[in-house]
Amino acid sequence: MKTDVLVIGAGAAGMAAAIAAAKNGLKVIVAERDEITGGILNQCIHNGFGLHYFREELTGPEYAERFRERLSEYTDAIQVLTDCHVLKLNRDKKALLVSPKGVFELETKVVIYAAGARERPFGSLMIPGDRPSGIFTAGVAQRLMNIDNRKIGNRALIVGSGDIGMIMARRLTLEGTEVVGVVERLPYPGGLLRNVIQCLKDFNIPLYLSSTVVEVRGKERLEEVVVAKVDEQFRPIPGTEKIFKVDTLVLSVGLIPQVEMLDSLVSLDARTRGIACSSTGQSSCEWIFAAGNCTAIFDLVDYVTREGERAGEYASRYVIGERFTRGVPIVPGENVMLTFPNFYSDVDDLTLYVRCRKPMERAVLKVGSFERVFEDLIPSEMIVVKVPRQKLTGLGRIEVTLQEV
Amino acid sequence: MRIAVIGAGVVGSLIARELCRYDVEVLLIEKNLDVGWGVTKANSAILHAGYDDPVGSVRSRFCSVGNSMYTELSRELDFEIKRTGSYVLAFNDEEIAVLHRLLKQGEKNNVPGLELHDRDTILSREPRVNPEVKMGLWAPTAGITEPWMVAIAAVENALENGLKLFLNEEVVDFERQNGRIVGIVTNKAKHRVDVVINAAGLFADEIAKRVGAEFVPLHPRKGEYILLDKKLGSTVRSIIFPAPTEKSKGILVLPTIDGGLLLGPTAEDLPSDRKHDLSTTSQGLEAVKGFVLKLVPGIDFSMAVKTFAGLRPESPQKDFFIRASDSVKNFVNVMAMRSPGLTAAPAIARYVVEEILQQQLGLKFSPKRDFNPLRKGIKKYAELSVEEWQRAVKESPAAGRMVCFCNEVTEVEIIEAIRRGARTLDGVKFRTRAMFGRCQGGFCMSRILKILERELGLDASKIVLKSPSSWIIDGKVRE
Ligand SMILES: Cc1cc2nc3c(=O)[nH]c(=O)nc-3n(C[C@H](O)[C@H](O)[C@H](O)COP(=O)(O)OP(=O)(O)OC[C@H]3O[C@@H](n4cnc5c(N)ncnc54)[C@H](O)[C@@H]3O)c2cc1C
Ligand SMILES: Cc1cc2nc3c(=O)[nH]c(=O)nc-3n(C[C@H](O)[C@H](O)[C@H](O)COP(=O)(O)OP(=O)(O)OC[C@H]3O[C@@H](n4cnc5c(N)ncnc54)[C@H](O)[C@@H]3O)c2cc1C
Repeated sequence: MKTDVLVIGAGAAGMAAAIAAAKNGLKVIVAERDEITGGILNQCIHNGFGLHYFREELTGPEYAERFRERLSEYTDAIQVLTDCHVLKLNRDKKALLVSPKGVFELETKVVIYAAGARERPFGSLMIPGDRPSGIFTAGVAQRLMNIDNRKIGNRALIVGSGDIGMIMARRLTLEGTEVVGVVERLPYPGGLLRNVIQCLKDFNIPLYLSSTVVEVRGKERLEEVVVAKVDEQFRPIPGTEKIFKVDTLVLSVGLIPQVEMLDSLVSLDARTRGIACSSTGQSSCEWIFAAGNCTAIFDLVDYVTREGERAGEYASRYVIGERFTRGVPIVPGENVMLTFPNFYSDVDDLTLYVRCRKPMERAVLKVGSFERVFEDLIPSEMIVVKVPRQKLTGLGRIEVTLQEV
Repeated sequence: MRIAVIGAGVVGSLIARELCRYDVEVLLIEKNLDVGWGVTKANSAILHAGYDDPVGSVRSRFCSVGNSMYTELSRELDFEIKRTGSYVLAFNDEEIAVLHRLLKQGEKNNVPGLELHDRDTILSREPRVNPEVKMGLWAPTAGITEPWMVAIAAVENALENGLKLFLNEEVVDFERQNGRIVGIVTNKAKHRVDVVINAAGLFADEIAKRVGAEFVPLHPRKGEYILLDKKLGSTVRSIIFPAPTEKSKGILVLPTIDGGLLLGPTAEDLPSDRKHDLSTTSQGLEAVKGFVLKLVPGIDFSMAVKTFAGLRPESPQKDFFIRASDSVKNFVNVMAMRSPGLTAAPAIARYVVEEILQQQLGLKFSPKRDFNPLRKGIKKYAELSVEEWQRAVKESPAAGRMVCFCNEVTEVEIIEAIRRGARTLDGVKFRTRAMFGRCQGGFCMSRILKILERELGLDASKIVLKSPSSWIIDGKVRE
């Protein structure tokens, strides 16, 4: 089989990218290994999606449904293959697709990689103790509850106070699982203040800051979780242990961009751990573009959609014959944890995503000769700013800093 | 004649298979829900070359022979082994002296191919090891395998040849008459038996005590491990040992069969009442981290996917205890299987059946004419050519549904694992490697649960992780 554009993954990023490419008149194949399109959105049945893009508050499945409908408006140009896993991508622009309908090779002119992220597993935390059942990552818990209608336990503790952790605390409570607390190793909540109030305070769920899990106990099903306070270097402080009698532990300790399929084809960014992209969405391999959580972990689906559209647009222009420079590197400076994209290619203004290193009341963001003041910054909330092209001319390297004022 | 083997670890499973070559009735009784889940589940998975067992020890008698038997065994039973070779590294003169001693000992133990390598040779083959290395003992026959797979494969083949397998059944007592065992009492049933072979791993001393036979006391020696992502699997090509001490072979760095990197084990002696203590500890994991950096600097621990612990059945003699009982005439102990018990197991199995049972006890077995030594593993579709795979999918669409993305396991493989006896999530995991990869089941666990539910005709709330009370979900969220 042959196509102009192969989109790998039909989450928010992949669907938006496919539509953008179809609008440019190209033939697109979207491969999605799940049974339906939508990606992670399908299991996020809470609302809080689409405020920027649709100016409405939707649930995840509703947001996905809107894009599914849009995709179906392009049936001539876009072929969506669900239940179809892309197993390999080769240097010669051939991909191997595996599905119950068949196993086949597909030749493409360009790839838009939109494979999303995976969760950090329990084992990566190296928490000592037993290995009982009852330990779930938030995503698994969410899928079991929201899609498969399963109750995962009776008394739960949650690790990680990012938005996902807090939303799960509320969901579990609503579904009849008692949540005894949320443990966070940072001295401040990892997610939005709105979620601290709506998901924890409103349900009387205690938040234990500067704390971590130091041991799990239970030979068969989980029985106890030991939590201790931590010092500034996140080392547990002996003597501060507290035992929670729970049968369920839910971990929400971060997402990792899924990049393994492209490991040998493209370069990665050390900070985001995702695919290093230019502002056109182009990777270090000129026919591979990428968007969404496989490039950097985004807070909002609206951003992911926009990045998907961008990748779709430039990927189609590439197929049509336009060539882009890789551009100059964008690097995190003072108080900046990470930035996206990783390179700036001088074809348009720059939409820049920045995550700060620590909470700050007021700070000046400096990018080239561009400056803007931001307030109430927290690491969990990305700053998004459009930097005009003329502010970036002549730079060999773009450093992004946040100076506290 | 009915012969019962207690314990379906690698030792008991291989003995059971060996017995199935003959016209006898073979019973294999295992208290866990699946085979290979005792000591066999959590160890270094090394086929040791055989240079570090004292000359004249029972260990030395079986190690290098067992090692060499693995080539044929893995072919017959279709499980993977890799002859990676191993290095013992020396960083100072004292350790160099240890290498010379091991070389001599190895030669006496008939270990083939041992060589002393200088720094440059070592670094040319293993560029990531600490450049301060001075000398290394190279053992080309050392290798790796998946220990639980050896047990699974042996049992599957034995079942094909008439084995009666009893899972989830614990031996609790024995019936005796005239100094012989006539029956085994389990928590579920009574089995009439003519001969009993005790291969109960960590608990073999307790079994022998119940019988009233001789035994060596066992205590657990804990070994903790850290397993790292496949991305780091090529950090080393062979097994990297430090120079051993009196107490243990030390903390190692080695590749795993499926491409990960394994670090460990520690060696901590526990009292004999802690044979169920498989917990990891912060001291243990820190010790592993600290130690391996001396062998291979720059290992990125943020790539960890799992930590776990195993327990060696250690005895005061530090040697295997394999013999027919003097006081109970039809009882055979195969116990104290510390390292290299995995390596030695095929040689031990043959010895128990051919020498102990047939020669020493004088039992007369006739070979089973239709014994089939071959077993096929579960086909890995991702390893097929596109054309072959395409054909398979035409026959069965599930062969084209990827369930575990990290380790590329299809739905057909999961179904096949269930047909072959997996009843639990771990049962599927250890047979197929699904949920074993970098996401540790993040994407596939819920799908596998559904497949188990469908294939077994059970509600998901009845499906467990590994033991009867290790439930995973507690009913429905809403009706
Ligand atoms: C629990 C949770 C709660 C969230 N809450 C909010 C919120 O309230 N508001 C908000 O705006 N945002 C929220 N987000 C963020 C937002 O939903 C995500 O950032 C966004 O949906 C990610 O989209 P994506 O397309 O990058 O990735 P995904 O949705 O992960 O899509 C990737 C797709 O690629 C497929 N795929 C991967 N590899 C292959 C392959 N080899 N072959 C075929 N298919 C493949 C996957 O199956 C998947 O469907 C939340 C995220 C999570 C995880
Ligand atoms: C940390 C560690 C590292 C090691 N590294 C290596 C290595 O690299 N190479 C090597 O060659 N060897 C190694 N070994 C040794 C090797 O793992 C063991 O020798 C081997 O697995 C022992 O197998 P087994 O069948 O005797 O015991 P097990 O696997 O424990 O089997 C015994 C079985 O008996 C069952 N059982 C017990 N009591 C009862 C009862 N009452 N009723 C019914 N069933 C019962 C148990 O459930 C168990 O399944 C290592 C061991 C450890 C712990």
